Amino acid sequence: MKWYFTLLKLRLTQGLQYRAAAIAGVATQFFWGAISIMIFATFYGDASEVNGFTKEQMITYIWLQQAFLVFIVLWLRDKELFELIRTGNIAYELCRPLNTYGFWYVKLISSRLSSAILRCIPILLIAVFMPGPYALALPNSAISALLFFLSLILGLIINVAISMFIYISVFITLSPTGSLLLFSVIGEFFSGLILPIPLMPTWLRNFVMILPFRYTGDLPFRIYSGNIVYSDALFGIAIQVIWIGVLLTLGQAAMKKSLKHLTVQGG
Amino acid sequence: MIEIENLSKAFQVAKRKKGMFSSFISREHETVYALSDLSFRMKKGEIVGYIGPNGAGKSTTIKIMSGILVPSSGSCEIMGLTPWQSRIEHVRNIGVVFGQRTQLWWDVPVIDSFELLKDIYKLSDHQYKRSLDQLVTYLDLSPLLHKPVRQLSLGQRMRCEIAAALLHEPSILFLDEPTIGLDAVSKIAVRKFIKKINEERGVTVILTTHDMSDIEALANRLILIGKGKKLYDGDLKNLKESYVKSKRVIVDYETSSQDFSLNGCQIISQTSERAVIDVNLSENSVPVLIQHLTSSFNILDIAVETQPIEEVIVNMYKEFSI
Repeated sequence: MKWYFTLLKLRLTQGLQYRAAAIAGVATQFFWGAISIMIFATFYGDASEVNGFTKEQMITYIWLQQAFLVFIVLWLRDKELFELIRTGNIAYELCRPLNTYGFWYVKLISSRLSSAILRCIPILLIAVFMPGPYALALPNSAISALLFFLSLILGLIINVAISMFIYISVFITLSPTGSLLLFSVIGEFFSGLILPIPLMPTWLRNFVMILPFRYTGDLPFRIYSGNIVYSDALFGIAIQVIWIGVLLTLGQAAMKKSLKHLTVQGG
Repeated sequence: MIEIENLSKAFQVAKRKKGMFSSFISREHETVYALSDLSFRMKKGEIVGYIGPNGAGKSTTIKIMSGILVPSSGSCEIMGLTPWQSRIEHVRNIGVVFGQRTQLWWDVPVIDSFELLKDIYKLSDHQYKRSLDQLVTYLDLSPLLHKPVRQLSLGQRMRCEIAAALLHEPSILFLDEPTIGLDAVSKIAVRKFIKKINEERGVTVILTTHDMSDIEALANRLILIGKGKKLYDGDLKNLKESYVKSKRVIVDYETSSQDFSLNGCQIISQTSERAVIDVNLSENSVPVLIQHLTSSFNILDIAVETQPIEEVIVNMYKEFSI
C-alpha cells in the first residue's frame, strides 16, 4: 500500500477517536447555516433573486458551505504540524526519504478529508429534509453534479496549497497565531463565507475573481446550484488548475528555502 | 564510512534587549558557533560514544549527519553521500533516535506507526516482517504493539522508538541520548540491544549521552567535544590512563595515634581507626603506600578506589575550560 493511503487511514482512525468533536461540529455548522439562511432570506424580502442569484440557490449555497466547511476554511489548524516546528520534532520528518512539502500536504489533505467524511453526510442529510423552501436542493443536473464534484476536489487542493503557506510561515515566526489569523480573515471573506460572493457589489466581485480564495468554495457551490452555466464552469475549472500549479510551485520553493535556513528548536 | 572534515555551523541569534519595546523596534543579531572545525572518521561496525556537556554541539553534529541541518562550511560524506545534498537517498541508510522527541503517532497503536514507516521506506512485506520479527523478539515488544503510544511508559516507548528507527534496516544508527530518563532496567535493556544489533547486523552506531556507563558498556571509542571543538578522540582505556591522576586508598587499622606522611600522598582524613589517602600517581604508587602502611599500622582492611569516569570527564571539562 502506498504511504499516502496508509497516512489517510491513520488520520481516519485518529479522527474517529474524536467523535464528540465531530458531533459538536455538525451541530454548530447546522445552526450557523440555519441562522445565515434566515438572515439572508430576510434581506431578500420579496425579491426572488439578487444579482441573478436566486433565493433557492442562496439557500443551497449556504448549506453546502456548512457541509463542506472543512474544505474551505483556513482557520482549521493542524496542531500536530505546528507543534512539529515549534518543538523541533520536525527533525524526525526530515529523516524520512520523502519530499517534506509532499508529506505535509498529504497530512493536511487527509485530515481535512477525514473530518469532512464525519461531518458532511449528517449535515447534507438534515439539510435535504428541511421544511419546504429552506431545504437543500438536489443538484441542477447530472452534469452539474459531476462538475461540482470535480471543482470541489480541485478547490480542496487549492485550499490546502494556500494553507501550506501558513505552516511554512511558522518556520520564521515560530508561532502560528499571527499568520493563521491573517490568512483566515482574508480567506474567509474572499471565499464568500461571510457574504456569498454573488451578493457582493460588482467592483468587489471583480476583485475577488483575481484571487484564489473563491475557487475553493464559491465556484463549486454555484456550479451545483446551476448559478453558473456549463461553459463558465469549465472555464472556472481551468483557472482552478492554473492556481493549483502556481500555488504548489511557490509553496515548494518557499519550503525549500525555509528548510535551508532551518533551526531545530529545543536542542 | 563516515568522513567529516572541518565542519562548522554558525547560527544567527537575535539578542533580546531588556524592556518591552526595544526588541520590538530593532533587533541585534550575533553569530553563535555550534560547531567549529570538527573532523573525524568512522569505520563500518564501529560504536562511537559522542560526549560533551550540554550545548557542546553533539545534537547539531547528529542533525548535520542526518541531513536535517545544513552546515556553514566543511564537508561530510556518509557512505559516499553528502547528507544535506542528497537527503532523500541518504536517509534510507540511516536510522535516528532523538531521545527527547517522539516519532510515533501519539494516539494510534504502535503497530500503525510501524506500518506507515513500512510504506514510507517502501519495504517489501518480506523485508518488513523479517525486520519486525527480529526487533519484536530482541526488544520484547509483542505486548506493546497494539497499545496507543500515549499509554506507554517512557521505557516502553523508547524501545518502540528504537525499533521504529531500525525497521528499514539502516547501516548507520544515530542515537541522540537514547537512555535519557530511563530507569536502570530499561537502560540495560537498551544497551544490550544496541550491542546485539551492532554485532548481528553490523550497524555502525554513534551514541550521544551524558551517562558514562552507557559509554563504558558500549563504546570502544570516545569522542569528546566542547564548545563545538573536538577535544579528545580515542579509546576509553587511554582516556583513563592519561587523565586519571590519582587513586584513593581507604585503610582501617587497629587503634593507633601514630602520624603518617609519605611523598606524593595526601591525607584527606585520619582518625584513630581509619585514614583516607589520595595517591598522586605521578609521584608515588599504591603498592609503595601499602608497604609503608603495613610497616606502621596493624591493618584490618584496605580499599583502593579509582576515580569514576564521570569525575574524569568533569576534570577534563575543567581542564579544557568548557
